[in-house]
Amino acid sequence: MSEEHPQPSAEGIRSLIDARLHLEGPMLPIVHAIQAEYGYVPEMALPLIADALNLTAAEVHGVVSFYHDFRHAPAGRHVLKICRAEACQASGGTAIAERTLKKLGIDWNGTTANGAVTVEPVYCLGLCACGPAAMVDGTVVGRVDDARMDKLLSEAGA
Amino acid sequence: MRIYVPLDAAAKALGADDVAAAIRAEADARGLDVEIVRNGTRGMVWLEPLVEIEDADGRRGYGPLTVDDVPALFDGTLETLGDVEKIPFFARQTRLTFARCGLIDPLNIDDYEAHGGLAGLRRAIQMTSENIVEEVKTSGLRGRGGAGFPTGIKWETVLHAKGAQKYIICNADEGDSGTFADRMIMEGDPFVLIEGMVIAGLGVGATKGYVYSRSEYPDANAVFAEAIGIALERGLIGPDVLGSDRRFDLELRIGAGAYVCGEETSLMNSLEGKRGVVRAKPPLPAYRGLFNRPTVVNNLLSLATIPAIFEKGAEHYADFGLGRSKGTMPIQIAGNVKYGGLFETAFGMPLGELVNEIAGGTASGRPVKAVQVGGPLGAYMPPEKFDTPFGYEEFDGQGGLIGHAGIVVFDDTVDMLQMARFAMEFCAIESCGKCTPCRIGAVRGVETIDRIAHGDPDAPALLADLCETMRGGSLCALGGFTPFPVMSALTHFPDDFAPAREAAE
Repeated sequence: MSEEHPQPSAEGIRSLIDARLHLEGPMLPIVHAIQAEYGYVPEMALPLIADALNLTAAEVHGVVSFYHDFRHAPAGRHVLKICRAEACQASGGTAIAERTLKKLGIDWNGTTANGAVTVEPVYCLGLCACGPAAMVDGTVVGRVDDARMDKLLSEAGA
Repeated sequence: MRIYVPLDAAAKALGADDVAAAIRAEADARGLDVEIVRNGTRGMVWLEPLVEIEDADGRRGYGPLTVDDVPALFDGTLETLGDVEKIPFFARQTRLTFARCGLIDPLNIDDYEAHGGLAGLRRAIQMTSENIVEEVKTSGLRGRGGAGFPTGIKWETVLHAKGAQKYIICNADEGDSGTFADRMIMEGDPFVLIEGMVIAGLGVGATKGYVYSRSEYPDANAVFAEAIGIALERGLIGPDVLGSDRRFDLELRIGAGAYVCGEETSLMNSLEGKRGVVRAKPPLPAYRGLFNRPTVVNNLLSLATIPAIFEKGAEHYADFGLGRSKGTMPIQIAGNVKYGGLFETAFGMPLGELVNEIAGGTASGRPVKAVQVGGPLGAYMPPEKFDTPFGYEEFDGQGGLIGHAGIVVFDDTVDMLQMARFAMEFCAIESCGKCTPCRIGAVRGVETIDRIAHGDPDAPALLADLCETMRGGSLCALGGFTPFPVMSALTHFPDDFAPAREAAE
């Protein structure tokens, strides 16, 4: 299913921040909440977080950019994560991934020209006994083969 | 009639949600009174979705079940697996940590209690902190996350450390490929983890706990968050734990896709809202951990094993195992295997028995070439080492490690040079950047392996030297252990690194 995200606003971001200021070490919960709301972490959020946590914007940038999960621009309408880790490699995962990227004409972290799908690498979904594994918008898929991948891609409108 | 359909992520990944919906629809269409329980997994992943029907005759299993099988399931014409606990893969196990996983409704605290849950905590509440710590020391439990440090000693240090606030951190950042036991507990028996953390809190005098989980595990996080809510409502956590007048608060935190945050000091920086870089030790987290306060950082499996130790007694637990590897280990069998899943057994079973008998060899039917034990930082073991018993010291003696006890099996089509290259590439991607041997060494490692692939005769010696530098000079296990997969591949599979490969291609 496709997720609709609102346009980021300072007011909206501030309310997401304020709701989490009571936590010990609220940074990651705040950034997660912002990405969940807007689909990415807008540049305008960084000074607002810095202000609320009494940090510099550079420190906030340092944290946000450290983690693979956080995006600085919106992803496609669907995010397909393909596991690249060893257990999935042992079951043919590398070939599935290469074929998928080739078919879509993109590289890792790329988005299809029609904006339907972003493909991201993931290092282990904990589905190592039923690999190759993938995840589409948070829904896990095991024993992915060419046919299953084609079905996922077509459902996602790629 | 009660029907169990696992909610475990592996079962879902193989269609369990659709099967549950089809069972509901079929039952309604037939006007049958059916209760569907979404249980955890029994750990036999090749049979998922493994559905169980419970009636007056007991529980009978069916699997792998597809939506198309559902009418036959109700007609009684579908072939059954019988009692799933009699399936050899299950029957051969000793389940202590995973005793209830797959058996009960994970979010039913009464069901949990009816199957032995909370007995350990009730006993711990009657004990002094010193006695709680002593019990853990007697059990011989060592950290199940990989380092194998005695859990009781760690708790004792925190108990005696001075601090106005102490913390229990559950390290559920299970980033190792080939491991999924933490995920299975969070999804299949979350209260056992909560109970273990509360006991840890009572043991060391901590009133606050954090579970640091992964963003890659949305299903586990959803189940566990719900379990925390239920535990709070039922007084298992909160201001008055089971009416003991003792406090323990618990919070779930989610990482953001950084493997290095599974390292305990990176994890604490991440929890504090900083970049997840490694901290130099000392000071030990036991003295100055989260927010500089005394902190127990335990792996999820260690904490989830605590209730069984308190329920059955430390001696009972210590009686299992081999040498200084006491108790049982939930071994995760993955990769190219016929029977993949979770196999909990006392330490000591030889690797070859696990691979060839328990796992049934490869799924592809081709010969086993290499087995990586202990995640992406674990060594690749060749079949010549299959007589190595599963234990901390035994694997160490063979140049390997058991880590979080994941076993990833590869058949003879694997190219070990590529696997060594991947290990270096992974380290380069996931390095926190704080120390040079890891940050730069991993990048140079990829280049050096490429030179070997192109036939450079000087490159293997250079790679060995580089690995030695990474092993000795890195701040944490990411850079320090990457040499295990790399050097084991080079040592045990020299043919894959021979210059001749270039000519043959």
